Amino acid sequence: MTRQMTGAKMVVQALRDQGVDVVFGYPGGAVLPIYDEVFQQNDIRHILVRHEQGAVHAAEGYARATGKPGVVLVTSGPGATNAVTGLTDALMDSIPIVVLTGQVPTFMIGSDAFQEADTVGITRPCTKHNWLVKDTAKLSTVIHEAFHVATAGRPGPVLIDIPKDVQFASAEYTPPQKVRVSHYQPQVKGDMEAITELVAALETAKRPVFYTGGGVINSGPAASQLLRELVEATGIPITSTLMGLGAYPASGQHWLGMLGMHGLYEANMAMHDCDLMINVGARFDDRITGRLDAFSPGSVKAHIDIDPSSINKVIKADIPIVGDVAHVLEDLLKVWKSRGRKVNREALAKWSAKIDTWRKVDCLAFKQTGRVIKPQHALTRLEALTKKYDRYICTEVGQHQMWAAQYLTFEDPNRWMTSGGLGTMGYGFPASIGAQMAHPESLVINVAGEASWLMNMQEMGTAVQFRLPVKQFILNNERLGMVRQWQELLHGERYSHSWSEALPDFVKLAEAFGAKGIKCDDAADLDDAIMEMINHDGPVIFDCLVEKHENCFPMIPSGKAHNEMLMGEASTKDAIGSKGAVMV
Amino acid sequence: MSALQIKKGSNKHSAYNLRPTFSDVEESHTLAVIVDNEAGVLARVIGLFSGRGYNIDSLTVAEIDHEGHRSRITIVTTGTPQVIEQIKTQLGRIVPVHEVHDLTVEGRAVERELALLKVVGKGDKRVEALRLADIFRANVVDSTLDSFVFEITGTSAKIDAFADLMHPLGLSDIARTGVAALSRGV
Repeated sequence: MTRQMTGAKMVVQALRDQGVDVVFGYPGGAVLPIYDEVFQQNDIRHILVRHEQGAVHAAEGYARATGKPGVVLVTSGPGATNAVTGLTDALMDSIPIVVLTGQVPTFMIGSDAFQEADTVGITRPCTKHNWLVKDTAKLSTVIHEAFHVATAGRPGPVLIDIPKDVQFASAEYTPPQKVRVSHYQPQVKGDMEAITELVAALETAKRPVFYTGGGVINSGPAASQLLRELVEATGIPITSTLMGLGAYPASGQHWLGMLGMHGLYEANMAMHDCDLMINVGARFDDRITGRLDAFSPGSVKAHIDIDPSSINKVIKADIPIVGDVAHVLEDLLKVWKSRGRKVNREALAKWSAKIDTWRKVDCLAFKQTGRVIKPQHALTRLEALTKKYDRYICTEVGQHQMWAAQYLTFEDPNRWMTSGGLGTMGYGFPASIGAQMAHPESLVINVAGEASWLMNMQEMGTAVQFRLPVKQFILNNERLGMVRQWQELLHGERYSHSWSEALPDFVKLAEAFGAKGIKCDDAADLDDAIMEMINHDGPVIFDCLVEKHENCFPMIPSGKAHNEMLMGEASTKDAIGSKGAVMV
Repeated sequence: MSALQIKKGSNKHSAYNLRPTFSDVEESHTLAVIVDNEAGVLARVIGLFSGRGYNIDSLTVAEIDHEGHRSRITIVTTGTPQVIEQIKTQLGRIVPVHEVHDLTVEGRAVERELALLKVVGKGDKRVEALRLADIFRANVVDSTLDSFVFEITGTSAKIDAFADLMHPLGLSDIARTGVAALSRGV
C-alpha cells in the first residue's frame, strides 16, 4: 500500500510511528504547515514552551526521565539559533533528542530571506548528525534514520531542517520497517579477550574501585541492574560521576558517593589510591581527573565505553573495552562466574577498612546554627521530607547543583537531570517540565539558584498553562555563588559582577504567573514550608533565602590532585597556584 | 613554555594543548576517509579538524564511486601518536564516514601529488627551465613566447624541489592538488 501525503503530514505520521507522544515546541512562519497537522490530531501532545532553548532542555529532561528520545519542533532562523545551547548541552551529556526545524522554502535558501539561517551549518558541530531535506520523497526515511542515529551507540542530539515547500509538497510515506538498514551501527558487544583480561585483574586486585558515569544510565535499566549485581557479588566499592548518579543506589553498602571536583573525600581518595580502576561509561572529564599527571598514579585502568574516541582521549586505558555497558557487564559477569567468582577477599577487607577511615572524616558535615538557613541544611531537609516520594530531581548549574549532588540521594537511574558537560545555567527549570510531562503523577523538583533560574524563568508560563506541578526549589543567596566562590579563592575576593541587585520578589512573580509562591528565610519554618510546597497541587516557586557566603566543599582546586582536596574554609588560603588559575 | 603549555611559535591556541601527550614526537600520517558524497560531508570533516585543533597539511577530495555516491578524502596530518589516534576515532564516529584508513600505519603507500607551475622568462632562463623540467619529467602543457606552464606529478617533496628550482627562473604561479594516496599491494 502506498500512501501519498504532504511533507507536513509525513512529519506527524513519522513521529507517531516512532512512538512519540510529546513534542516540545514553538511555532513560526516556516513550520506552520506542520503545526496545522499537529492541530488536526490527538496522538501527539504538543507542549508550547516560551523560548526555544526551553523546548530543547524540556526534551532533554523528558529523555533523561524516560530513556526515550525527546522531540522538539521549532521554526527557522531565530527558532533554530535559540535551540543551539540545548543541542550543545545534549551533545555533551549524550542525551538523545530529535529537533525538527522549519526552513525557508528551497528556492529562497541562500537569499538572506526573512528568518533564514544556515541551520545545518550552525548546528553541525553541536549535533551528532543533521540533515537538510530538500525532497519530500526523502523526508520520512530521514526522520526514521534520525531517530536511529539519536539513540544508537552513544546517544546524542540530531536535527532535521525542513524547508516550507517540502512541507507542502506530497510524496509517498515510507514506514520505519521499510527503511533500509542504516550503515551507522556502532559496536555494542565488547571484545571477549579484553573482558577476560579485566576479570583476571578484578580477581586479584587489592584496591579496586568502580568509577561509573552517564553511560550506565544511557545504556538502559538493564545496565544499572547488572552493575548492581556485579558490585554486590564482588564487594568492590563504587563511585560515580555527576551524570551517573542513581545507577547504583546511594543506600547500597558499597557506595562511596560522587567523585570529582566537589566529590566526596572517600570517593576521591579511593580513586587516588586504588590499584584497579574500572571505568564504566564515564569519560575522564576534567571535573573528575583534576591534575592529570597525578591522577590515580598507581592503578591499572580499565575503560568500558561505547565511543571509541573516548578511550585514550585523556587517560591511557590499560584495558580498553569498546561496547555498550549492559552488553559488556553481562559478558563480564558471565566470565567472572564461570571462572569461579574469585576476588581477593582478604585485601578487599583491608581496602574497605581503609575506606572507612576516610568516611569517618565526614566531609559533608556542616553546622546549622541560628535562624539563617545554610544551603546544605535546606537540601538535607528537602531530602528527608521528599525521600519517600516517587521523586525526580533536576538542577540548574552552580553551587546548588553540587550541594544537590552531595546531599540528595538517588536509588534508581533516570531520576536525576542535571547539565553536566556543558554546565548550562537555565537548564533545570525546562528540564523539570520535561520530566513532569513524562511522569505527571510524580514529584518533580528543580533545585535551583536564583541566578540560573532567572535565565529561563519564562517557562513558568508553560508550567501553569499545562498544569505541570513542578516545584522550583530556589536556594537564593543573591549571588552567583560558584562564581563568587572562585573569585574568593582566585581573584583576591574581588567580586566582579557576581552579585545581582534588583532580584524579583519570587512570591509575587509566582503569583503574576498564576502559580504559588512560598518564601522561607528562617530555619525554624523550613520543614513546614517544604511540606506546603510538596502538598500544593500545582507549580510552586520556593524562594529559600540562604546564607549568602557559603562555599561548596569539599573541593579539588583546579590544577591539583585527588588527594589535595580542600575540606573547608580554613584550608582555602593560596590553595590555587597560577598554573591552576588558567583552568576553568 | 607558558602555563598553558603552548609551545612558542605554535599557532594552536587550543585548550586541548593542556593535555599531557603520551609521546611528544609529532608524526605525519596520511589518512584515507571514505564518505557518503552528500551535502556538507566535507564541512563535517574539516570542522572536526578546526574545532578540535588538529592540523591539516594537505586535503584532497573527489567522488570515487558515482553510483554509490562515495567520495575519498585524503588527509595528510601531523600530530603525536595519541592525537593521530584521536583524529581517527573522531573521524570514525561521523555518521556519513564509512571507513578510515591510516595509510602510514597500514604499510607503505603510494603518495602522489600533481602541480601546475607557470614560469615566465626569456633567453637562458627559459632554456634552463625547460632543461630542468625534462630532468624532473615535467610536461609542458601551455607555452607562449615568454612563458611555460609545466605539469608535474610526484611526491610532495619532489614538487617542492622542482618549485624551488623554478623560483629563480621566473616562477610566477603554482597550483597543487594535494596528496592522493593508495596502499601498496593487495
